[in-house]
Order: sequence, then structure tokens, then C-alpha cells
Amino acid sequence: MKFYGTALPGVEIEPYPGKLIVIEGTDGVGRSTHVLILRNWLESAGYAVLDTGMTRSVLAGRGIKDARAGHTLGRLTTQLYYATDFADRLENQMLPALRAGFIVLTDRYIYSAIARAVVRGADPDWVRAIYGLALVPDAVFYLRVRSAEELARRVLASGRGFDYWESGMDLGLGNDYYDSFIAYQKLLLKEFDRMSGEYGFKVVDASRPVRRVAGMLRRAISRVIEDEPATGGLAIVKPVSSATVKEASSTVSLEKAKLA
Amino acid sequence: MISYGHHRYPGRLFVVEGTDGSGKSTQLSLLYQWLKSEGYSVFFSEWNSSPLVKDTTRRAKKRRLFTPTTFSLLHATDFADRTERNIIPPLKAGAIVLADRYIYTAFARDVARGCDRGWVREVYKFAVKPTAAFFFRAPLDVAIERIASARPELKFYEAGMDMEWADDEEESFKIFQGKILEEYDHMVAEFGLTVVDATQQIRAQQSQMRDIVSRHLKEKLKEKVVLAT
Repeated sequence: MKFYGTALPGVEIEPYPGKLIVIEGTDGVGRSTHVLILRNWLESAGYAVLDTGMTRSVLAGRGIKDARAGHTLGRLTTQLYYATDFADRLENQMLPALRAGFIVLTDRYIYSAIARAVVRGADPDWVRAIYGLALVPDAVFYLRVRSAEELARRVLASGRGFDYWESGMDLGLGNDYYDSFIAYQKLLLKEFDRMSGEYGFKVVDASRPVRRVAGMLRRAISRVIEDEPATGGLAIVKPVSSATVKEASSTVSLEKAKLA
Repeated sequence: MISYGHHRYPGRLFVVEGTDGSGKSTQLSLLYQWLKSEGYSVFFSEWNSSPLVKDTTRRAKKRRLFTPTTFSLLHATDFADRTERNIIPPLKAGAIVLADRYIYTAFARDVARGCDRGWVREVYKFAVKPTAAFFFRAPLDVAIERIASARPELKFYEAGMDMEWADDEEESFKIFQGKILEEYDHMVAEFGLTVVDATQQIRAQQSQMRDIVSRHLKEKLKEKVVLAT
């Protein structure tokens, strides 16, 4: 178990049997589609999977969503709210699942948070220091498209249309959602490219058809899973439901409760 | 992002710090009254006051969802909102901001809970450096006595029960406050905190405070004169 910076307080540093796999990329590259495909594939192969993503924490998820809906958060406040959400999911979802031998698939990790913060003028060292609490993943797949224009076409094709935050409207980069989206996503793409070497991203060309990208991800993830030590918990061969995930996290809270 | 020590605003920021029961809030409200009566524009800012974060904090405390890390980060979130809304704007406008508890509270509490000293300081790097920070220092037994007589019951996190240092709340609270006091003592030199002996008479403490505050206000007037010439 390795952290980017200082280890989390009160967390035992021990090797865990699970695998932490990150799917990163800007808005509209198909991250959630691939997480879903991978989850189905891994579960049919008998692996227990936990999937998680930004703002899905019990602690801060709702607060962030409410605040975003009102567009009322300041920039520093937003970054820290996201960091709180991340830490809660790391400690209460990801770590328990990893200890229980799950494959944790996360839709975005700290890199999106870093990119968004830096694009909004945060000190890059400051954001990195905060996220020093993050566990170094077993693999980071960065779904990369060639241009912001391609992202815009994808967002339109999905039928969702442009969203206020995905378009970076808070930054005042353009007069309308399209111009702002393009300008904002360009900045994000640049930031992701900058992080690629720093954090050892495995870059996946996401401009190719979904089937090809999915096949590539499957092959790469098989390799990550295969160098599992023999004692690992990845050989669980039973159908896995989300109840198991809950079990895994409640074991940890039970332990806490016992100590209390 | 402007970081601690690099902010340059025309206003003045005075903060009070200290363990629970040190009498710091009483002193701050006396200072507030005085500054108001002197005709200054004064703004008051309290710990845990962000309307955006309050619901999350309240729920997390009630349901005991915090770990030391998330406790630290959510309080930093609250503080960031406070900084962006209630501290920087009045300072820019040239007002006096009085803060009841500041980043040093977080440094003391979070480190007492096991967070890394360097990490917590890094998280709060965006904070404005106060013009003066008063640390109301009361010996542990005095502070505990004052709290015990003022409050019927200690709350879970307030007593540090999440850390499992002791089964008994009062015992746990004592251990927690002891650790907090130790951290404050470390910070006196690190951040140049002004120590006020909180066992003195209330009026004596207040006059020490006013003395220091007025010096900083005179400085400000001088600056104005220089600019005018």
C-alpha cells in the first residue's frame, strides 16, 4: 500500500489483496460506459467489483450536489469539498473493498480534481499536497481524445447537451456553452497531458470505436490482475452482488464500533 | 492562489485562539464593542459558520461519519467558504475582521487527532495571515473546570471520543484538550501568536488586547497619511 504523500492517519499500511484501477479522462470520453462494460466483464469472470466516482460519498456527496445546483461555491471551497468527498470514499469505500479483495474501478480519481483546480487558478503544488492522502493506484487508464471539438460532438451525440460545469461556464471563457466548453476542455486536456508522465498514465486512444477501446482495456486489466500474488483474494468465484460491497464496508465500521 | 503571508489587503484581521473555556469569545466580543464604538467598520467571523457546509457537518457529527482526515478536510472546506465570503472581501474593503478561532484551531485539533502536521498546514495555505493572533492560554485544569461547569454534556467529537483514547467522555476530553494545548504551545513561536494569560482578570486581558490592536490601527492611519502626501 503506497500513498502519494503522507499516509492517512489511523490507517494501517499493509498490502491488500484487491486492485485499484482508475479510469480517467475529460468529460464525454466515455468513462462511465467503459466502467460499466468492465464491471460486467469482471463480474462474469467471478471477480468482486466496487465501482465509485466523484461526489458519490455518503459524507459530502449531497452537499456538493446541492451547492453545485446553486452555483454558490467559491473556488477554494469547491476544491476542498471535493477533497473531502474523495477522502471519505477512499477510507470508507475503496480501502475496505481493496482489503476484502475487490477490484475497485473508479470513474475519475484525484487527477480530474487536480486538473479542474489548476485550470481554475489553484496552486498546483497545493492541490497535489492535499491529494497526497491518495493511494497510488495499481493502474490508471487515461481515455484520451484528440481534440475538444471531438468531445463536443460526443456530448451532443449522447443527447445530454452541454452542462454548466462541464462547459466551465463559471470561468467566463466564452460567450456561449459551446465556446466555453471548447476553451475549457482544451485547458483540461492540456493539464491531463501534463500529468500523464508525472503519474504514469496508460494512455488509451478513446477516439476509436467503443468495442476496440473496451478490448484494449480488458487486455491491459487482465495483465494488472494476473500479477496478483497467489494469496490474494481475487480468486473469489461466486456471483457478486452489491450487498457484498456493503458487507465489506460495514466490516470496517463494525471494527471501529467495537473499539469505541 | 495567494498563500499565507502573501496577502496584502488594506483591512486588519485579528483572531482569537485557545482551548474551549479559555474565555476567548468573551474577549473578542468586548473588542468588537470597543472597535464599533470607536467608529470602525468591524466584521465578525466564526468557526464552523459556512451555510453551505453546515448541513453536511451537522449530519456527519450526528451519524458519526468522520475520520480524522475527513473531519479535517470538511472543516477546511468550511473555512475556505468563510475566507472567500467573510474574510477576504471585508479585508479588501478596508474593514477590521475579527475571527473567533482560525486555522490554528484546525492545526491543534487535527494534529491531536493524528493528522500530519505538514499536511494540515499545507491544506490551509490559502488562509490570510492575521494582523495579530491572540492565544488565550489557560492551564488544562482551569479550562476543563470552566467547560464542565458551563455545559451539561460533552459532545462526541468535542470530547474526542472518536479517537478511542478512553471509555469515559470526561477522561477522553481531558486527554484531547491536553494534546490540543501541547499543539498550541508549539505554534506560539511558529506563527508568532500573542499569548494572553487567560487566568488574569477579564479587564486586564482586554486591555492587553486593545493595546496591541490599537498599535496596528495607528500603523494603518500612518499609511494613509503617507499615501495622501
